[in-house]
Amino acid sequence: MEILVCARRVPDTSENEIELNSAGNDIERDELVYSVNEADNYAVEEALQIRNRVGGNVTVVTVDSEDGEEILRRQLAMGANQAALVTDDAFKGSDGKGIATILKAFVEKGHYDLILTGVQADDGAAQVGGMLAALLDYPFASLVNSIAVEGTKLKVSREIEGGNREVNEIDLPCVLSIQTGINEPRYVGMRGIRQVASVPIPTLAGPDLGINQGTVGEAAAKVRRVDYFVPTSSKGAEILHGSREENANRILELLAAKGGLN
Amino acid sequence: MWTVVGTYSPVNVVDWLVPGRNLFLALQVLGVACFIYIVSKRMVPLLRAQADPRFNRPLTRLGRVFKFWLGQWKHPRYRFAGTLHIVIFTGFLLLAARAFSVLIVGVSPTFVMPGLSGRFGPVYETLTDYSATIVFLCMVVAAVRRLVFKPVRYAVPAKYGKGHTTDAIFLLGLIALLMAADSLFSASRFAGLAQAGQSAESPAFLSLPWMIEIAIASMPRTALWGLNVGAYLVHAITFYFLLCYRPFGIQFHVETSLFSIYFSKLEKGTVKPVRWDVSDDHLDQVKSFGVKTFEDFTWKHILDFYSCADCGRCADNCPSNAVGRPLAPRFLTIKARDYVFKHYPVLGKPNSGNPLVGNLYSEDEIWSCTTCGACEEECPLLVEYIDKIVDLRRGMIDDGNVPQSLQKPLKALESRGNPYGKMEKKRGDWAKIPALQTTGPVKVLDAKNGADTLYFVDSITSYDDRMQSIGRATARILSGLGKNFGILGAAEKDSGHEVRRFGEEMLFQSLREHNGEAIKESGVTRIVTSDPHAYNALKHDYKDLPPVEHISQVLASEARAGNLRFNSVEQWLENKDRVYTYHDPCYLGRHNQVYDDPRDVLDSIPGLKRVEMQRSRDRSFCCGGGGLMLFYEPKEEQRMGVVRVHMAAEAGANVIVTACPFCMVNVEDAIKVAGLEGKMSVVDLTEVVDQHMVREVREKDVTTEKLELTNIGG
Repeated sequence: MEILVCARRVPDTSENEIELNSAGNDIERDELVYSVNEADNYAVEEALQIRNRVGGNVTVVTVDSEDGEEILRRQLAMGANQAALVTDDAFKGSDGKGIATILKAFVEKGHYDLILTGVQADDGAAQVGGMLAALLDYPFASLVNSIAVEGTKLKVSREIEGGNREVNEIDLPCVLSIQTGINEPRYVGMRGIRQVASVPIPTLAGPDLGINQGTVGEAAAKVRRVDYFVPTSSKGAEILHGSREENANRILELLAAKGGLN
Repeated sequence: MWTVVGTYSPVNVVDWLVPGRNLFLALQVLGVACFIYIVSKRMVPLLRAQADPRFNRPLTRLGRVFKFWLGQWKHPRYRFAGTLHIVIFTGFLLLAARAFSVLIVGVSPTFVMPGLSGRFGPVYETLTDYSATIVFLCMVVAAVRRLVFKPVRYAVPAKYGKGHTTDAIFLLGLIALLMAADSLFSASRFAGLAQAGQSAESPAFLSLPWMIEIAIASMPRTALWGLNVGAYLVHAITFYFLLCYRPFGIQFHVETSLFSIYFSKLEKGTVKPVRWDVSDDHLDQVKSFGVKTFEDFTWKHILDFYSCADCGRCADNCPSNAVGRPLAPRFLTIKARDYVFKHYPVLGKPNSGNPLVGNLYSEDEIWSCTTCGACEEECPLLVEYIDKIVDLRRGMIDDGNVPQSLQKPLKALESRGNPYGKMEKKRGDWAKIPALQTTGPVKVLDAKNGADTLYFVDSITSYDDRMQSIGRATARILSGLGKNFGILGAAEKDSGHEVRRFGEEMLFQSLREHNGEAIKESGVTRIVTSDPHAYNALKHDYKDLPPVEHISQVLASEARAGNLRFNSVEQWLENKDRVYTYHDPCYLGRHNQVYDDPRDVLDSIPGLKRVEMQRSRDRSFCCGGGGLMLFYEPKEEQRMGVVRVHMAAEAGANVIVTACPFCMVNVEDAIKVAGLEGKMSVVDLTEVVDQHMVREVREKDVTTEKLELTNIGG
C-alpha cells in the first residue's frame, strides 16, 4: 500500500515557554525549539505499522519553510521510505484551505492509496485533513484510533462519548485524521537521524506542483488571524483545607456532584 | 603412602571380564574425553560473542583471584551459607590432589602424587580424611537447609519456571556420594591391609573413613576386597559423571569461577563502550547497537552466565525485586544460561538468533533496573549486571523500542540539554535570588569571568524548585569556605549520566562533548558537584577533565583541616529531638566508595545524634533511582523510597540525610506516600552543613539565609 503522511513542524509545548511577542500578533519565536506535531508522529507510526503488515511505501510530506527538513529527517529515521518538502515563499500566510490546496497538488503528483494526517496540529485548527479529502473528492474519517486493512477497504474506529468505540468501513483511497494514542510511536535517537543524514529529500515549489499561485498564500486566505491574547485568570479554584481523609472524601463528593464519576 | 598398597589395589581385579586396569583406563579416557567435548561445545558461543579486552593488568587480576576466589571474600556477607561454602571450597581444594591420586592409582598402583611421598604424605592423608568428612557433613547440612528451612532467596517465582531444589539436592547427593565412596575406598583398604598385617596405620581419628573402618574391620578379606573395588568404581563413575554433568548447571562454576574472577571488571562506576573494538569516533559505522541477540553479549558476559551459582544473593539485595518490579538479576542470568544451553546444544548445531527482548526478557524487566549496583556488590563470583542491562537498553533504543514516558525527556535532553524541556537561559536562575547575592554572588564562568573551581550543578538541581535549595546551600558553603568558584550557567547541559545508562549512547556523547568543551573553556582546575550522578559521570564517563570531587569529600577534607567548623545542633530549638541517619546514594557509595566522608562531616557537628540503618554503606537500599528513572513508570507493588523510609524509622531516625538530589526527590515523595509527614523528614548534607557551619563574617546575612532554611529538614 502506498501511504502518504502529512506532517507538520510545531513548537513543542513541553519544551517551550510560549509567550506573546510585544506586538501581540504572534508568539515569541526567538528561542523556540520545534518538533514534529505529536498527532502527526502517531500517523507516521501507524503508516509504518500498516506498511510492515501489508507491504508498500510510506512517504512523509510537509509544507513549511526550509526548516521543515528537520522533522522529515526524524520521520525518515523512524522508517519512512521517502520524504518531500514543499516550500515556496508564495505559500506564506496560507489558511487551512490554502495548505489543503498545496497538499492536494502534491497528492496528485503521485499515487497514494491512503493519506494520513494528524488529528490536529498543536498550533492548528484540525481542518486540513477534511479539506484535503474534500478537494480530492476522497472519503474521509476523522479521529481515527484504529485501522484494519481489509482488501480495498479499511475498518477504522473512533472513540465516541463515554469511551465507546464506533467502527466504520471506508473505501480506499481515502484520507484519515489520526488520533494520538492509536499506537506507541517508536523512539528516534540521534543515531537514527545521523544514519539518514545523507538521504536526499526532494524540495518542491509551487510551479513544480502546478499550483495556481492565486489559490494559496496570504492573498487567498479567507481566514486571517487578527489577535493573540492570554486569557485573564479567573477565580475558579477551590482549595481544600482538611485532613487527607476529609479532602479525599470531599473530592469524591465534588466529582460525583459534577458528574465526573459514572 | 600409596606405595604400600601394591598388593591391594583395584588394578588387581583378576576375576573381572577385563583386567581392572583396562576397565579403569577406559573409564577415565571416556570421562576426560566427554568433559573436553562438552567444554569445547560450551566455548562455541564465547567464540561467537563480542570482543571484550580483559587481558590487561595481570597482577591486579591475580590479586582479585586471591581475594575473591581463593579468599572467598564476598562469602561471609551471608554468614551461614557463606561459611558453609568456604568450608566446602576448602575441602574441595584439599581433596583435589587426593581425587586425582585415587583415579591414577586405579591405573598405576604405584603412583604417588608429587610432593606427597615424603613426610607430608600422612599429614595430607589425615587432612583429606577430615576434608571428606566435613564436606560430606556440609552436604547433609546444605540439603537440610534446602529441604527443611528453605531460605526465601532460593525460591523460584512461577513466572521464572520451576524450582531448582531437585537439581540442587541431586548435586549435593552426588558430592556426598563421592565423599562416601572415597571414604569407603580408603577404609576398606586400611581394613584389608590391617587384616593382612601390612600396615599399622589407620584413617584419621573420628573421620568418616575411620568410622567406616571400625564398622567393616571384621568382614572377611574377600568382602573387603570387593568393597574396595566397588568403592573405587563408584568413586570413579561419580567423579566423571559429576565432571561431565557440571557444565549443564550451576555446578559449572567449579570450573569457570576462576576465569570469571580473573577476567572480572576492574573499574567500578563505568559503563562498557558500545563496542570494545570500535572507538567512539567510528560508532557511525556500527550497524547495530547493544545486545539484541545472544551473540551481541561479550564473551565475558556469557562466561558470567556459566559461572552463576544461582545463590540468589543478587536478587535478595535488588531493590527492584524487593518492590515487585519484574526484575531479579538472578533470573536475568539464569534465563540467559538456560537459553545458551538450549540454543547451543552439546549434541547438535547451534540454533540461536532470535531477539532476546520480547522473548527471553520483557521490556519492563530491562527498564526496571536503577543501576544501583547492589547485585554486583553482593555477587561472590563478580558477575556483571549493569553493563548487560545497559547493552540490552542500547539495543532497544536502537530499535526505537522506548517507553513513551521516556521519549519526551530524551527528546528534551536533545533539544534543550535537560530532561524537563526548560529553557537553557534559565539554567542558572537558581543562583539569582537576593539572599545568595549578599553572601557572595555565584559567578557564571565565561571567557572574562574565570575561577579555580567549577560547581557542576546538573539539571535537577538547576531546575527543580526543591533541589535548587541544594544548589544554593552548596554555593553558600563554597563561598563561606572562601573558594573562588563559578557555574557554567546556560552553557551547562545535563551530565548525561542516566542518558548513557538508559542506553542512548549517541545523545550521551553529544552532551559529553558539549560539557567537555564548556569546562575546558572555563579554565577551571577542579570540579565540585553536589550530585553523585554528575560526579560519577564526570569522573568515569568523561575524559581529560580536571579532578572531580563530590561536595561531601570537599566538606570532609575542609573539616579535617579545621577550615570548617560547626555550631552545636542545640542552637536550633527545632533540632533538639532530631535523630539523623545517613542514606548512602548508590553513585556516591557503592559506585565510588565514598562512605565515610559524609558521615565524618555529620559527626563533626556537635550534638548531632546519628544512627545507622541496618542497610547502609555498600548494602544501602536504592531510593528508586535518579535521572531518567524519575520519568519511567515502573510496574511495582510499592515504591523503593517507601521501603527505605520505613528502614530509617526502624533505625530510630526521624531525619534522613542524603547527599543526592534524586534521593531527595524519591525519599521526600516516599515520606508522603508512607504517611509519615511530620514524623520523618529528609534533608541534604549540604543543607545541614549550610545551617550549622560557623561563618566568620557577615553575621547579619545569616539571618536572611535562615529565612530560606526554615522549610528545610521538616
